[in-house]
Amino acid sequence: MTGMVALYIFMLAAFTGYEVIARVPVILHTPLMSGSNFVHGIVLVGAMVALGNAHTPLEKTIGCLGVLLAAGNAVGGYVVTERMLEMFRSSGSRGPRAKETH
Amino acid sequence: MPGWMSATLAIQASYFVTAVLFILGLKRMSSPVTARSGILWAGAGMAVATLVTFLYPGMSNYGLILPAMLVGAALAWWSGKRVAMTDMPQMIALYNGMGGGAAAAIAAVELYRGAGTGYVTVALAVLGGIIGAVSFSGSAIAFGKLQGLITRSIRFSGQQIVNLGLLAAALALGALVASHANATPAVVTGFFVLALVLGITMTLPIGGADMPVVISLYNALTGLAVGLEGFVLDNAAMIIAGTVVGSAGTLLTQLMAKAMNRSLGNVLFSGFGDTGGEATGTVSGSMKPIEAADVGVMMAFASKVIVVPGYGMAVAQAQHKIWELCQLLIDRGVNVRFAIHPVAGRMPGHMNVLLAEAGVPYDLIADLDEINGEFDTADVALIIGANDVVNPVARTDKSSPIYGMPILNADKAKNVIVIKRGKGAGFSGIENALFYLDNTRMLYGDAQKAAAELIAAVKAV
Repeated sequence: MTGMVALYIFMLAAFTGYEVIARVPVILHTPLMSGSNFVHGIVLVGAMVALGNAHTPLEKTIGCLGVLLAAGNAVGGYVVTERMLEMFRSSGSRGPRAKETH
Repeated sequence: MPGWMSATLAIQASYFVTAVLFILGLKRMSSPVTARSGILWAGAGMAVATLVTFLYPGMSNYGLILPAMLVGAALAWWSGKRVAMTDMPQMIALYNGMGGGAAAAIAAVELYRGAGTGYVTVALAVLGGIIGAVSFSGSAIAFGKLQGLITRSIRFSGQQIVNLGLLAAALALGALVASHANATPAVVTGFFVLALVLGITMTLPIGGADMPVVISLYNALTGLAVGLEGFVLDNAAMIIAGTVVGSAGTLLTQLMAKAMNRSLGNVLFSGFGDTGGEATGTVSGSMKPIEAADVGVMMAFASKVIVVPGYGMAVAQAQHKIWELCQLLIDRGVNVRFAIHPVAGRMPGHMNVLLAEAGVPYDLIADLDEINGEFDTADVALIIGANDVVNPVARTDKSSPIYGMPILNADKAKNVIVIKRGKGAGFSGIENALFYLDNTRMLYGDAQKAAAELIAAVKAV
C-alpha cells in the first residue's frame, strides 16, 4: 500500500481505538487493559514473517526470540483476560455455579 | 491465478476479518454485559490471523517458527492459568513487555538484514524498535516491582537528565541506522542496548503505587510499536490492531491517572508513589473499639449497609467471607452495596475483579460518583482494609499529601465500622481522621477472622 493510504489507515485506526473505549466504566479498566494487551499480541504474525525471512544465525536467533515472546503475549493476554471476564456476572444471573476458585 | 496469489488474497481477507473482530471485541469488552463475549471474538480473530500467516508466500524456517511459538504459548498458558487474581496487574505487565520485545525483535531482524526499502520504512522500524525495547525492559522492571522482586526505588539527582541523555543517544544511533550511512551491525546493536537501558532507568525510580499507570502506558506504547512494525512489514492487521491499542491504551492511561488523581507527567517524573509524604497534622480524640456481636446486631437490623473494601481485604483473602456475610444480610432484607474507590486494589478496576472472583454480582458494586451521595442514608459503612481512600483529611487539610484526592464519604454514614489489624497508620503513613470520629467504632483483628465472627453474630440474631 502507498504511504498516504497507510497514513489514512493509521489516522482512522487511532480514532477508532479512542471511540471504542471512550465510555468504559472504571470497573472494567483492568480487564480492558488486559484485553487490549491481548490484541497487540497480533505482533505474532509479524514475528512469524520476520523469522520466516531470516537468514543468518543472528537473525534467526532474534527471530525465534520474537516469535516466542509474541506467542507469550497473545496466549497469556487471552488466558488472563478470559479468566477475569468470566467472573463478571450480574445478580440476575446468580446461577448454581460451584464455588470454584480457578 | 497462480497459487501464491490466491494465498495472498486469502491472507489479506483474513487479516481484514481479524481487524473487524478485534475492534468489535474491544467494543464489547467495554461493557460488563457483553465483556465476556468480547474476548472470545478477539480470540477468534487472533486464531484466524495466526493460522493464515503460515500460508505467507516465500517463508522458510518453519522448523524454528513452530517450536518457538509452542514454547512461548505453553509458558504463557501455564503461568496465566496459575496466577492469583491479586497478582493480575504484574502479569499483564509481563505479557505486555513480551509484546514490546517481539516488536523490537522484528525491528532488529529487519535492520540487521538491511532489508529496508527506503528511508521512511527504516525510520519507522527504528522508531518501533526503540518504543518496543523500552516497553520490554520497562515492563520487566514494573513486573519485578509489583511482584516484590525489586523492593527499592533507585533515585539519584539528575536522573531525568541521564534518562534524556540516554534517549538522545539512542535516537542519534537510530538516525545513523536510518540514514544508511553507517548502519553496521554494531551500530544496530548499540541502538537496541541503549533503548533497553532507557526502559530500565525510566521505570526504576517510579514507586509501586504509580505502577498501574506506567503499565497502562507501556501497554499503549507496545501497541504503537506493533503498529509501526506493521508499516515496515506492510501488514494491515498489525497496523490496525497496534494503532487501535495505541490510542485506546493512551486514553485508558489518562483515565487511570485521572482516577488516581495524578497527572501522567507527575507519575513519570516525580516519584510520589512510595515516598508517601510525611504524616502531618495531629488528630484529636480516641479510637473506640467494638465487639463483633454488637456489629452483627447493628447490621442485621440496618436497612442499608455500604461495604468499603480495600486492598487489605484482598491480601487477607477475606472477600469470600465478606460476600457470605453480605448474602446473609441481603436475605434478611438489608440493602447492601459495595463502594469501590478507583485506587482500591492495585489498579483501577482491580478490586472489581477480586470481588467478582468471590461471586459478588457487578450490579451491587458502585464506584465513587455513584455511591457518594448514598452514605448519608446508610445505617452502617463497613470499612475493610481501606484507609486513605476514606480519610476525610483529603477534603479539609491542605497540608496533607492526600489533600484533593477524591474520597468515599464513609464518614457521613450513621455508623462507621472499621475492621483493622492494628492501630497503625495507613499505606501513606497518614493518620486517618475517620477512625477518631464519634460515629466510628473499631473492630480489631484479621479481616478474614473478623468476617467469620460477623457471620456468626448475624446468624445468632
